[in-house]
Amino acid sequence: MDTTNSGYVGKSVPRANARRLLQGRGTYVDDLRLPRLAHVVFFRSPHAHARLRKLDLAAARTMPGVIAVVDGAALAPYCKPWVGVLGHLKGIKSPPQHAIAIGRACWQGEAVAAVVAETREQAEDALEKIEAEWEELPVVVEMKDALSGRRVIHQELGDNICFKRELDTGAVDEAFAKADIVVEETYDFGRHTGVTLEPRSILADYNAAEHTLTVYHATQTPHMMQDIFSRHLDIPEGNVRVIAKDVGGSFGIKVHVYADEMAAAALSVMLRRPVKFVADRLESFISDIHAREHTATVRLACSKEGDILAFDLDDLTGIGPYSVYPRTSGIEGNQVVNLTGGPYKHQQYRAKMHVVFTNKNVTCQYRAVGHPIAVAITEAIVDLAAAKLGMDPAEFRRRNLVPDDAYPYTFPSGLKFEKLSHHQALDRLLELMDYKALRTEQAALRAKGVYRGIGLAAMIEVTNPSPAFYGVGGARISSQDGATLRFEPTGTITCLVSVTEQGQGTEGAFAQVAASALGVSIDRVRVVTGDTAVTPYGGGTWASRGAGIGGEAVLQAGKVLRERILEVASAILKTDKSELDIASDEIVSKVSGEPRLELSELGRVAYFRPDTLPMDFQSQLMVTRHYTPRSYGFTFTNGIQASLVEVDADTGAVTLLKHWCVEDCGTVINPMLVDEQIRGGIAQGIGAALYEECLYSPEGQLLNGNLADYLLPMAGEMPDIIVAHVTTPTQTSELGAKGAGEAGTAGAPAAVMNAINDALAPFGARVTAQPFTPERILRALGKVS
Amino acid sequence: MRRKKEIPLEHAPEITVTVNGTIVTRRVPARRHLIDFLREELGLTGSHTGCEHGVCGACTVRVDGRIVRGCLMLAVQADGRRVDTIEGLSDSGELGELQEAFHRRNALQCGFCTPGMLLAAQDLVAGHPDASRSEIREHLSGNYCRCTGYQAIVDAVEDVLAARRKST
Ligand code: FES
Ligand code: FES
Repeated sequence: MDTTNSGYVGKSVPRANARRLLQGRGTYVDDLRLPRLAHVVFFRSPHAHARLRKLDLAAARTMPGVIAVVDGAALAPYCKPWVGVLGHLKGIKSPPQHAIAIGRACWQGEAVAAVVAETREQAEDALEKIEAEWEELPVVVEMKDALSGRRVIHQELGDNICFKRELDTGAVDEAFAKADIVVEETYDFGRHTGVTLEPRSILADYNAAEHTLTVYHATQTPHMMQDIFSRHLDIPEGNVRVIAKDVGGSFGIKVHVYADEMAAAALSVMLRRPVKFVADRLESFISDIHAREHTATVRLACSKEGDILAFDLDDLTGIGPYSVYPRTSGIEGNQVVNLTGGPYKHQQYRAKMHVVFTNKNVTCQYRAVGHPIAVAITEAIVDLAAAKLGMDPAEFRRRNLVPDDAYPYTFPSGLKFEKLSHHQALDRLLELMDYKALRTEQAALRAKGVYRGIGLAAMIEVTNPSPAFYGVGGARISSQDGATLRFEPTGTITCLVSVTEQGQGTEGAFAQVAASALGVSIDRVRVVTGDTAVTPYGGGTWASRGAGIGGEAVLQAGKVLRERILEVASAILKTDKSELDIASDEIVSKVSGEPRLELSELGRVAYFRPDTLPMDFQSQLMVTRHYTPRSYGFTFTNGIQASLVEVDADTGAVTLLKHWCVEDCGTVINPMLVDEQIRGGIAQGIGAALYEECLYSPEGQLLNGNLADYLLPMAGEMPDIIVAHVTTPTQTSELGAKGAGEAGTAGAPAAVMNAINDALAPFGARVTAQPFTPERILRALGKVS
Repeated sequence: MRRKKEIPLEHAPEITVTVNGTIVTRRVPARRHLIDFLREELGLTGSHTGCEHGVCGACTVRVDGRIVRGCLMLAVQADGRRVDTIEGLSDSGELGELQEAFHRRNALQCGFCTPGMLLAAQDLVAGHPDASRSEIREHLSGNYCRCTGYQAIVDAVEDVLAARRKST
């Protein structure tokens, strides 16, 4: 976007929609009340893998307030099963999944019956009366066990391999043969989950007379869900309306098809009344998607001068018993293959990756999908190589990062980068943190027995995806978004956009773009999102795409509407359009800037007195534009993070002292929104690195599925986080915005990991298994066994 | 999945509570939590339930001037007491300064934690006007926010404390 006349773009404007949330006057799904509303709760398997011998629902049916108690077979006629595969992930397989499992449960928490009652309390009371007889089946909990195929979870699939991929640039062995040094290490990543503070929620309202379904849904993708409800519940798409009002955080958790949510919608059809399901926190832990359980071995070949020659990766990831619909659970591992080694200029790369089924909760795309793994293994092995060569890690990176003038550039995994700014970002980071001074301080403190560590993590990040992500694989997931701008009679603007708001500030950013494109003040713009009956069709919120794709649609619609407004002004003022402009909510003379007509007056004439305009004139004051990124599969961004930690060698405790992030998301629409979103992402990445892990017993029981035992980052533990930007607008759009929402999460675990290992270096100790708990650190130090 | 202790369903004493300045009298089942009473019976949906086991702070309300977790207190325990929620404290203007600072600093994203966070922050502003940055962080550590990095929240509270110190 032309920054000389960008109006609100680039300014930290507070967002209007925050006001209702600040007063507790937002509307999340659980806040809604409808006549005859029924509540559903689920009877979930206590076992990781078990056949249902008998399910006795009779006693539950007689409980007060109970409307229906159903099992999987009873609900099946109302909801077609689904299979989570995509055409472009060759060979991916998964069994059909039902809204309520029939006859067998494949993870602890899979629902096998539902109770619908007039109140939730009554439904929960009735749940206690359900009697189940289970025959426990052999469980597959460990990924390696799954890969071995010793026990197969789904006999009909033949083995436990959901998906595998190999990639080879051809001369990897030669590169390793001629390398002066080779480093190799294996990294483990604990599975964790998103923990949106608002749990998953849905209220489905079927109208039998019209055969229509209205769904109030805490979702990131209303249009995708409209299509899913339509096809699986057999209701014409036009009869399904999905509304996402306020959504209490998503992070990728609310972009998937969940069996219990499908069941709630199917029950609404079956019972011909509104049905609400809100997961409680204990259910969230066993039914919200988990993510990132990986074991990855990576090797790096390097010359003695410090040039990286090749990467060699072997990744194994476990996804639970089903590939999640419709995005599949193959994408995360696929991204690890795509992105490992991504910031560097080596030409040889080989990767092998297996995605295996296990009897744990399902995993799928959670914020920064695959990036935290790829960045961590890349940056850890890069540090190890630098250490082996005796080179400073910052200098080693400078030597190997793809030069800023090398673009467009194709990475060995086949990804194309339009324009990245690794070196500018590195320079900016080192200056921001005063790297040299920190190193000096570190050395001085070490002499006093204080162990501080500095960790760097360079990264690349997928944003603004084209149809190459899902559409080409046959998924009905839209990579385009649309914006409709309507000029109202009072001279205000209504802006309807298909991207959704989950708190990241989408609506505020779009108001800034619209106001700037039109030349009106921002308080005249009202943005509406999250309603399939109201907004244009579009993909919604995922993969850091909202601002870049939706924002461009808003900009283009705004530019056309501006012309349309000027046409009306020209007709009213009998002045040639080229002599007029819009500034500060008025039509002005282009040359002198002199006010000619209030926009409210223009609206009055256009809508109520068109009889005063020339006979052949019709005003057209509503414009829709759509935008899909075309020239690249993804608009890559880059950035670099740094973490400063102190490790207590006696207790293994890690104190985060400070964190920095320099990031290049192109045009920054609202720095304040972007910066805090990046900080939030970093906090989630820190959670992964230090605290969060879904721990399973050998029997496949989740051991810490509650908020007291599953640790989340709190205000007291988080450091101050300094965020800065390098700005390389993408040329693929006029706005120039790339995504920013996942960058923090992508790079933070790697930076923290490298900082801890830097602090441990004097002891010759390293940690490689996330999260880096005090116990693991003490074990690395040889202080506990 | 919530497992609650069996309490006879018919046991529903009458309680009288002053909620945001208005006296309300209701029969409530003895096992009903304060947060559910406020949300389900009074329609005060500004206070949220994020965990229902006392950890996240999303359900924070004020009882007789003290902040409590609405998911840990039973409605019957509020009998004869005064309960203030985000709705009432917004209307009275008591939270106005903090709300402005939160808005200016973008100290919220999805807003689900925000009502509880504001009540916890107001508790600090009223009771500990000299709080340092790390004391602010400490005080807010019982309230989870999953969207922000907490920094904007800490900045906003710091702004209010600084402005207050200046004006006194
Ligand atoms: S809902 Fe009460 S503390 Fe979480
Ligand atoms: S703003 Fe979403 S949890 Fe705090």
